[in-house]
Amino acid sequence: MKKVFCRPKSMTDTVFHYCAGCGHSITHRLIAEVIDEMDIRGITIGVPPAGCAVLAYKYFNVDMIEAQHGRGPATATGIKRMLPDRVVFSYQGDGDLAAIGIAESFHAANRGENITVVFINNAVYGMTGGQMAPTSMLGQKTTTSPAGRASLLDGHPIQISEVFTLLPGTAYIERCTVNSPAAILKTKKAIRKAFEYQLDCRGFSLVEILSPCPTNWKMTPIESNRWIDEVMSKKFPLGVLKDLPAGEAKKGGKTP
Amino acid sequence: MNKVLMQGNKVIGEAAILAGCRFYAGYPITPQNEIPEYMSERLRQVEGGVFIQSESEIAAIHMVVGASAAGARAMTSSSSPGISLKQEGISSLAACQLPAVIVNMMRGGPGLGNISPAQGDYFQATRGGGHGDYRVIVLGPATAQELADLTMDAFDLADAYRTPVMILADGMMGQMMEPVVFKEPKPRVYPERHMMRGAGTGKHKIIRGLILDPLEMEEHNWTLERKYRVIAQQETRHELYRAEDAELILVAYGTGARIAKGAIKRLREMGIKAGLFRPITLWPFPTAELRELAKRNKDFMVFELSTGQVVEDVRLALQGYARIGFHGRPGGVVPTPAELANVIIRQYDPKQGIAEHQ
Amino acid sequence: MMVKTIFAGFGGQGVLMMGFTLAHGAMSAGYHVTFLPAYGAEVRGGTANCTVAVADEEIASPIASKPDHLVVLNTPSLYTFQNRVAAGGYLFINSSIITVDSSRHDVQIVKVPSSEIAEKLGNPRTANTVMMGAFLKKTGLVAPDDYLGSLEEVMGSKKKAIIEINRRAFAAGFEFLEEST
Ligand SMILES: Cc1ncc(C[n+]2csc(CCOP(=O)(O)OP(=O)(O)O)c2C)c(N)n1
Ligand code: SF4
Repeated sequence: MKKVFCRPKSMTDTVFHYCAGCGHSITHRLIAEVIDEMDIRGITIGVPPAGCAVLAYKYFNVDMIEAQHGRGPATATGIKRMLPDRVVFSYQGDGDLAAIGIAESFHAANRGENITVVFINNAVYGMTGGQMAPTSMLGQKTTTSPAGRASLLDGHPIQISEVFTLLPGTAYIERCTVNSPAAILKTKKAIRKAFEYQLDCRGFSLVEILSPCPTNWKMTPIESNRWIDEVMSKKFPLGVLKDLPAGEAKKGGKTP
Repeated sequence: MNKVLMQGNKVIGEAAILAGCRFYAGYPITPQNEIPEYMSERLRQVEGGVFIQSESEIAAIHMVVGASAAGARAMTSSSSPGISLKQEGISSLAACQLPAVIVNMMRGGPGLGNISPAQGDYFQATRGGGHGDYRVIVLGPATAQELADLTMDAFDLADAYRTPVMILADGMMGQMMEPVVFKEPKPRVYPERHMMRGAGTGKHKIIRGLILDPLEMEEHNWTLERKYRVIAQQETRHELYRAEDAELILVAYGTGARIAKGAIKRLREMGIKAGLFRPITLWPFPTAELRELAKRNKDFMVFELSTGQVVEDVRLALQGYARIGFHGRPGGVVPTPAELANVIIRQYDPKQGIAEHQ
Repeated sequence: MMVKTIFAGFGGQGVLMMGFTLAHGAMSAGYHVTFLPAYGAEVRGGTANCTVAVADEEIASPIASKPDHLVVLNTPSLYTFQNRVAAGGYLFINSSIITVDSSRHDVQIVKVPSSEIAEKLGNPRTANTVMMGAFLKKTGLVAPDDYLGSLEEVMGSKKKAIIEINRRAFAAGFEFLEEST
């Protein structure tokens, strides 16, 4: 009989530590499947963040190097500049990318570093126990916004992907989610496209993924998936936000 | 006031509020998240309270610089990697002679490390930590009660000397609950003239660390140095535990000192007369007090949750007048009192003294 | 006297509450106490545990490498901690959930179907309080009145009804052992 489903080769057989219903697990698998399908396991280097995905190096069967919190794109830049023919991806949460590491992310994007950032937007700080994130929704109650996020005190949820479209160095930006089978397939396509753009030296690619965190949202996995549709994606609309044609992208992107 | 059972991190938060802290900025990091969480709630309840979850530790400490300059009692907290990021701002606070309280709930290892209790940031804390020729007053609490008392004292010391003060504890102290009685805070003494509130019609004020004139720069550094010398003479604190009749003196602070006390109990049950010298101020280190002990004690044993940091200060204090043994275990596993007692039994012979650490 | 107890189970079983109320009760009774919860990544994946030390002297380390007693509410906790209990100590097992036997023969095993008892009383969430009744009955660490006083103080803001349910749960656990021993 033909085997139609198995563990991607780019994934180790370590059991995930993620909570039930967490978007990290799905996304990990998608990345590994894409790496398998593109047959780039041997040339891929991943940079996991400080965040719930801090242990990602145990799960991916590819080279991985830890970055300090928020510094992933800087570390990835260093790797990519020295090894321009490798596929380098930085995996980051919303705190990691949009708060402490915004400078590193913004400038890597602006330089048009030819890397891919997989951006898990779960509207909270998962790892540290559910504090407010730069992408938390207005009114969202977290452990550091006990009265709900208030724009006057805490600012607005940051639409990183939209902001990054303004930078000439960015080639491809798409926002996806993983809350349904159809959405998951779309996300996989987006990740694949980002990696392909990188191989094509087109510049900075970013795949934002609206990702459930049932534990800190204090919802069931099903309620979490619904919340993404009904609340989160209203502020963070899904879809391709930027896709530079090949010719143009080369100008913005850094060619090795 | 009543005795309450409270988690260490929250004790710090409450003590800060009682001491009049009205500004807190911080960035989440385990094992101290309960501090920002607690402050986010309490600063909302008190008049004039401001809580900011900053985008990074670098931002947090610089927000504290601003709030302190404006005259607020200000605090930030973090754990090891975040404290590394704050060093730039701590150096600024020292240079600009601004008071502030910084809490470091240390965790294990260099790099990201892990969140288990450790004392590996001792050098960073007691040697200034950031760039430049400066010191930070460092307090090393060992109980929840001390977390409360020393947090309040930290604000007073910071104001008195216009300098940053650090509370140096670890994840175990932060997570553990113990009974606490909050003392009555002292009224704040901090002259208006140090605050930057707008010149009005008067002369404008400048708060700065940038001093281009070389002679002036040197003089500024000497000013700071003179201040540190006063602090070193007047502010050292330590605790002696069962030291009166002790033949072997353990030296340990914070969580390490708790474990040492447990070991001392065991050692005494086995007939070894051991006692403890516990530095409470880690900078200034109670050098003179420890040296005084060496007049009658010839055997010292340093214990720390790091691989040889406190022991250097003990060597500097004892200057060869006594034998110094050492046991250190770096971040990862918290050693038990039994382990420490066993190590000491192996290294210490009441007739020949302690085996010296090289 | 120095007695250390580890409470363990999965998140939501009220394991931390057991430890906290014990520490609180002992504090009210004038003892030195420490309460140390497991924290951070240790607790991801849904397990919870805490260590409580009760003593009539200063407590050195709040960690128990060899606890005097162990209370486990689920099977993984039994496996994780059973080998650490000091010989002769009590090992309390929630026998409604844990169906395997402990491998220890040198400790005093006390099986309490605390989930079933709680369910019979009408509130399955009080299984932890049932267990506390059994625990204090056997260990005598804190007088029931001191404990219940603390429980009330800790739950202070909650409804009277919830406090009453917990009182009943405690009594049921306490009496369960009276009957069975
Ligand atoms: C300098 C520094 N500050 C703080 C931390 C603690 N920390 C680890 S992960 C994290 C935030 C995680 O949130 P996010 O990036 O949104 O990822 P998630 O866990 O939600 O996937 C924080 C604050 C750290 N590791 N280093
Ligand atoms: S806390 Fe949230 S982000 Fe972290 S593993 Fe659990 S569900 Fe995922």
